Amino acid sequence: MKKISALILILVISVSCFTSCGEPDISKRRAGDVITLNVYNWGEYISDGSEDSYDTNKEFENYFNTVLSEKYGGIKVKVNYTTYPTNEDMYSKLESGSGSYDVIFPSDYMIEKLIAEDMIQPLNWKGLKSESNFNTIDPDYIGNPYDPNDVYSVAYTYGRTGIIYNTTMVDEEDLGSWDILWNEKYKGKILQFNNPRDAFGSAMYWKNIDVNSTNKADWDTALKLLEEQKPLLQAYVNDEIFDKMVGGSAAVAPYFAGDFVTMYWDNEDLDFYYPEEGGNIFVDAMCIPTSSKNPDIAMEYINFMLSPEAAVANALYLGYASPSLYVYNKYGEDVPSPAVYKEEYEQYNAEYSEGMDDEYVLDILYGVTGNGTYSYDPYYKNFTPEIQRHVNSLWEELKVFGTAEPWVHITSAVLVAAILILATYTVIIKKRRSRDYRMRDKALKKSKNTK
Amino acid sequence: MHSIAAAPHIFWAVLFVVLPLFIVVFYAFTDESGSFSPWNIAALADYFPIFLISLELAVIATCICLLLGYPLAYAIARAKPQHQKIFIMLLMLPMWTNLLIRTYSIMAILDDRGFLNTLFDTHFHIIGTKGAVIFGMVYDFLPYMVLPIYTCISKIDKHMWEAASDLGCSPIKVMTRVILPLSRSGIISGVTMVLVPCISTFYISQKLGGGTFELIGDTIERQFLNGARNIGAAISLVMMILILISLAVMNRFTDSDGEDGGIIV
Repeated sequence: MKKISALILILVISVSCFTSCGEPDISKRRAGDVITLNVYNWGEYISDGSEDSYDTNKEFENYFNTVLSEKYGGIKVKVNYTTYPTNEDMYSKLESGSGSYDVIFPSDYMIEKLIAEDMIQPLNWKGLKSESNFNTIDPDYIGNPYDPNDVYSVAYTYGRTGIIYNTTMVDEEDLGSWDILWNEKYKGKILQFNNPRDAFGSAMYWKNIDVNSTNKADWDTALKLLEEQKPLLQAYVNDEIFDKMVGGSAAVAPYFAGDFVTMYWDNEDLDFYYPEEGGNIFVDAMCIPTSSKNPDIAMEYINFMLSPEAAVANALYLGYASPSLYVYNKYGEDVPSPAVYKEEYEQYNAEYSEGMDDEYVLDILYGVTGNGTYSYDPYYKNFTPEIQRHVNSLWEELKVFGTAEPWVHITSAVLVAAILILATYTVIIKKRRSRDYRMRDKALKKSKNTK
Repeated sequence: MHSIAAAPHIFWAVLFVVLPLFIVVFYAFTDESGSFSPWNIAALADYFPIFLISLELAVIATCICLLLGYPLAYAIARAKPQHQKIFIMLLMLPMWTNLLIRTYSIMAILDDRGFLNTLFDTHFHIIGTKGAVIFGMVYDFLPYMVLPIYTCISKIDKHMWEAASDLGCSPIKVMTRVILPLSRSGIISGVTMVLVPCISTFYISQKLGGGTFELIGDTIERQFLNGARNIGAAISLVMMILILISLAVMNRFTDSDGEDGGIIV
């Protein structure tokens, strides 16, 4: 009985743990309250104060608590900043409801998915109690295909995939196309993306197949190409690419232009090109989840990220191209924005290009458009569930493909056989011994009895 | 009284072990809409090569751990007591650093142009092969093999050695007929504590194996990230059952008289 009541108690407690996290009402805020703003971003994707850089989150707290606090009834804000490695990680965390977030930074196709599933909410620019910075975004990155009316998102960074290579290890005549990733000459020195979307993408851009194809046969073709490539690869990588390319362990890798800049700062032997067949254009943007408890403060945070100091500091820290005109203004005098900003733009543009200290790097970062022969949308789109399942299973096939090496099977088979023989041997010995003992005992008893 | 003392653990175990197990079973036998479906388990045939390679690498790594670990444990157990403490501390020293950091460091040290290859100007290629994964497993889990065996050997009465020698055993015979059988429970515990984490490891294979092949732990992780929870749960369930079976078999063969069994599970 005691046990049952204990069990019930445990269940009640555990259930109440899961349900008690109710939403605090915005109207219940009181002066002096410290509100926690949960920001969930990619790893290494914000200027965080390391190496004397601008500490974005701390600056926001200061700004809010001194300038905006009064307008929000005297509340204070504390930023709780956490990171994720992939869009899918972020999605599964958000979907499971195991964390509550106020600002997230998904990529284009993920934004499409989040909108479709009603997991992010419209950005309320009118509700801002500071001056909106929305019009400082490069018009090229307004009205993006994943969110045509800019209801749910505002761009944070953008870029295109290309090829990073080590000039000391690669011959110049091999450059220019995606086919370098299939070049036998660099066997064991080639890296590939360790995520299905970008890995399949590299094969599909190369052969000019639509990367958003809904035809399963297209994906099967790409799988064949990736299976051909697998024996030439050193590894499928995510962040390990930084060590491997900077250290010179690998010669060629497909990756994002922004990360090339970071690697180039550490190893000047590296260089980069956009393959002639084109590549994925991505945008990472800021959004507010539907489950956010403080959407108004989240909005202030997003607006702060677009302010000149934060935008320039982040662009310098990340190495990625920024859509903010404060960072890079390719329009010169004709910038289609209020004239008041023009001088300010120039000032921050100059500060940024000085910080980048290399014209060449700027050309790579901002020369994204106008290159590529594809006859379809270079953006990734959200898959239909059917294609998603198909791609997942193909990726599985690729990972299993060619897994078996004979020595592994032989060694383990020999070991297992040895263990089994040893085990049977000890069992037999034991049985024999216990039989002997038993017989001896019997003999002893007998001899006692006869005495 | 003893039931009160156990209460925190029971609470913990029910909430974080038993309940999650039921959730795993539930997901393994349902489809995405939540209705009963046996197809997740049926679909596992596709994953046979991954199961096989995980098991094989784990067996190889465990055997190497045993071959390296037993002599080490024996040597430590026979050292002077004041030295034993130092040796054990040295053995535990690497474990003060997080497993992920150690694994990442192995990658940086052994990479094609990593620390060692640059230092000696060699072209030793190991990262990205299965050998590297086995190396990582042995490196990370060796202490779990040595500690139980050491404890076991150091508990063996010193007089056993003397008695065996007095009765005419050669040192090798002492080892095979006295010490080895008496340290059997330590070996079983050690093998269990190495084999199980080796089978289900997922970080080591990703970093040291270069991502060109997958172990079952990686596959499970990816299923959950891709939202294929039901398949992921089914793989986890089958893996748990496989581990239980292999432990049961091991237990049966090595300890048929059921006296001093090692810690199982």
